[in-house]
Amino acid sequence: MLPLLRHARYVLSENPVTGIAFGLFALFLFAAILGPVLAPYNPMQSNAAMALKPPSVAHWFGTDQLGRDIFSRVLVATRLDLTIAFASVILAFFLGALSGVAAGYFGGWTDRIVGRLADTIMAFPLFVLAMGIVAALGNEVINIVIATAIINFPLYARVARAEANVRRDAGFVEAARLSGNGETRVLLGHVLPNIMPIMMVQMSLTMGYAILNAAGLSFIGLGVRPPAAEWGIMVAEGANFIQSGEWWIALFPGATLMLAVFCFNLLGDGLRDIIDPRMRT
Amino acid sequence: MLNLLLSRLATAIPSIVGVVIVTFILTRMLPGDPAAYFAGLAASPQAIAEIRTKLGLDKPLPEQFVAYIGDLLHGNLGNSLSTGQPVVTEIATRLPASAELTLFALILAVAIAIPLGVLAAVKQGTWIDHTCRIVTTAGVSLPVFFTGLLFAYVFYYLLQWAPAPTGRLDVFLSAPTHITGFYLIDSALTGNLEAFWGALSQLALPAISMAIFSLAPLARMTRGSMLAVLGSDFIRTARASGLSPRTVVFTYAFRNAVLPVITTLGMVFSFLLGANVLIETVFAWPGIGLYAVNALITSDYAPVQGFVLTMAVLYVVLNLTIDFLYGLVDPRVRLDS
Amino acid sequence: MTAVPALSVPALSVEDLSVEFRTRSGVVKVLEHVCFSVDKGETVALVGESGSGKSVTAFAVMGILDAAGKVTSGRAMFGGADLLALSEHDLAEQRGRELSMIFQNPRTALNPIRRVGRQIADVLVRHGGATRNDAPRAAIEMLKKVRIPDPERRAEAYPFELSGGMCQRIMIAIALACRPALLIADEPTTGLDVTTQAVIMDLIGELAGEAGMATIFITHDLALAAEYCDRIVVMHAGHIVEAAPGRDLFAYARHPYSAKLLAATPGETVSLEQMASIPGGLPDLRRADLPACRYSGRCERRLDQCAQPLPQRTVGERHVIACWNPL
Repeated sequence: MLPLLRHARYVLSENPVTGIAFGLFALFLFAAILGPVLAPYNPMQSNAAMALKPPSVAHWFGTDQLGRDIFSRVLVATRLDLTIAFASVILAFFLGALSGVAAGYFGGWTDRIVGRLADTIMAFPLFVLAMGIVAALGNEVINIVIATAIINFPLYARVARAEANVRRDAGFVEAARLSGNGETRVLLGHVLPNIMPIMMVQMSLTMGYAILNAAGLSFIGLGVRPPAAEWGIMVAEGANFIQSGEWWIALFPGATLMLAVFCFNLLGDGLRDIIDPRMRT
Repeated sequence: MLNLLLSRLATAIPSIVGVVIVTFILTRMLPGDPAAYFAGLAASPQAIAEIRTKLGLDKPLPEQFVAYIGDLLHGNLGNSLSTGQPVVTEIATRLPASAELTLFALILAVAIAIPLGVLAAVKQGTWIDHTCRIVTTAGVSLPVFFTGLLFAYVFYYLLQWAPAPTGRLDVFLSAPTHITGFYLIDSALTGNLEAFWGALSQLALPAISMAIFSLAPLARMTRGSMLAVLGSDFIRTARASGLSPRTVVFTYAFRNAVLPVITTLGMVFSFLLGANVLIETVFAWPGIGLYAVNALITSDYAPVQGFVLTMAVLYVVLNLTIDFLYGLVDPRVRLDS
Repeated sequence: MTAVPALSVPALSVEDLSVEFRTRSGVVKVLEHVCFSVDKGETVALVGESGSGKSVTAFAVMGILDAAGKVTSGRAMFGGADLLALSEHDLAEQRGRELSMIFQNPRTALNPIRRVGRQIADVLVRHGGATRNDAPRAAIEMLKKVRIPDPERRAEAYPFELSGGMCQRIMIAIALACRPALLIADEPTTGLDVTTQAVIMDLIGELAGEAGMATIFITHDLALAAEYCDRIVVMHAGHIVEAAPGRDLFAYARHPYSAKLLAATPGETVSLEQMASIPGGLPDLRRADLPACRYSGRCERRLDQCAQPLPQRTVGERHVIACWNPL
């Protein structure tokens, strides 16, 4: 652990941007947890008299067509957006890591089925498949999570498969097997923990994409429904006012969304440099 | 050449089968009772049962699947509830709009990303390299619908450089004579300069938004692969033979470095086809993405299913083309098959 | 370059060449005060363990060092000009025409997606050896010269379709296409099987002899050097420790390192059982306090004197050593 920390410090000093990304991440986490408490206004409270007001001291990000405070809505939306992204990444991890490790470890039929499944998903343009899944499963937030997890599944499965395949005959696996552990136990207790660092990198790398994907789906009206506060749907609402010059309705949620994705992408790159410098491009 | 084509075609078959199975499953998962759906809100239970029989929904799933395949082979994707038109014809008339936008965006992305990646690799560690790094990380972080809106605001509302973000052509212009369905090509072919300029100015903002989003993986890959090739033995040989820097970088290094970039095009198309839906929504672009989104809003599912299937088949065909192209460029693949 | 090759006219004369590599963990002094010369028509071997600076010497002369490498002193006189002082543009004019290089691992040293005939033609066209139109013809001529059977068909082949030995012949054809005055062959037989090795070495020797070319042959194999070269230059950790005609070196190596190296070479006089390995490894060239003699850490004949700057002692006809306590 100590060399890893030292290496982390080295990477951070080489690439201060990663440090900034960590700071941003903390800020987003903070907003997600305390957002509703910190919000100056009720994000759902409409106020016809205050509709479409540009940013001011009272309303930092202005108000929308219903007079709701955009700053409060953006702040409160953090929780929903990050929850969707986290949940889908964790789901993708469970689906992908388990089946991928099994495929790489057992080979044969397991490998072929998992591989075929991953290939079939990859045969679709991913966002389009996500649209189809949400449309078929129904217009619910949980279905955004499921769709995003499914389209991320092949990435996880492939990485897990490759890593498990390499470790199948490694010394520590052999040792675990010889000390009387069943195959499932070896798989879950020894192989899976061993590939966790690489899977963590994969998770942070796909977080940004998961946020983008979820926001994209809600932008076209899938999953999240008004009046819920969510970045994608807020941009969609603001889109109607861009042509008449009310830019702030779309800009602030959009910029926040962009910042969040940027933060996770930088974080993913940084984490990859720390954990697995080989993968650096 | 024919062998190469056939071997690539063979690899696409499992993908097509997979795509058809998945879309079938998605169709059968439609929320609610599809028969009730097609019968309409005021239909009586008898009418619904009748429709169920007519649609074959009372039959076991495998039989339904065979019927589904039969429908597909006859080009039958069902009818749109809101317009009553066959989905196939509606998608076919809207496809050129989407294709023109997507291809134009791709050309733009390639035209920016590849020189940027090459320069970043040749001038490694300089400001060009750093710019490339920032552009590639920022590019994938931009929500494409947001960039599109931002561009519309800045270039249409503030600067008035671009026309209103509504559709392929200004309402006062008439569309060029239909030849390919691509406005740029059709207007150029017929010498209709006014329509060409109008189509180009409408196309610019949505295409640029999509290009920015999709150029990141291309630039990143070009840089990485160019760096790897520049460090390889045969480049040292070329330099030791006194070949000019131009020949070394372009004829020797670039042609080798472009091979992995071609492979990345598959991923880029996945990005582009997804971004296409969002951008068509933002710019009211009359393509199949907007068609699907509008159908979604009115809970009209046949067009959505038709859209997903069309996109998937297109994507498989594109990947096939990319594979084939790769084989043509790389003699090691070409002569192997 | 049409003059009849005469002995003792240096084609290349390297003087006081020093090269440093800047790496993350410090500056590596890869070469220090390297001096040697190659006469017209002569074949000189650069011999040493891997890491001794043989290839770096060649790369520095050719001007194809990595970006991290830097020449810090010295001259490389060739055809009346200092190669190290030439601009990249002027040097590129010389490379491939007046001085050429052959590398190890011929299969990776050729462009994998360009027909080999084209690769030869590229060099010919670049240096005015042929026009674009008759370059294909000239390339086939070159293939004939390196004795590639069925040259018309082979010219259309890609490197992956040819064997390692064939690829090395192509490399030779590229290097000799413009009749250079100097050829540097960097371990040209590494990675080839034994029978092919001899064929390639004979081919290089023969073509070089015909053209009166000067040849630098880089190898770690003393036996091979003795067989094909007039003189042998022994390198250790970036220094030249001994230079002598091959016969003299084998008869009486004066530097302790050369002697060890000879003892480690299987040959007629030394059987495998007698073969001694050289104790210790190369010193860490990043150290700031490198000893004057970089071999002193491994040397059994070390004296207190060895801490002083190395002497250049002439101990015979063209026989020079850098040692305070020679054998």
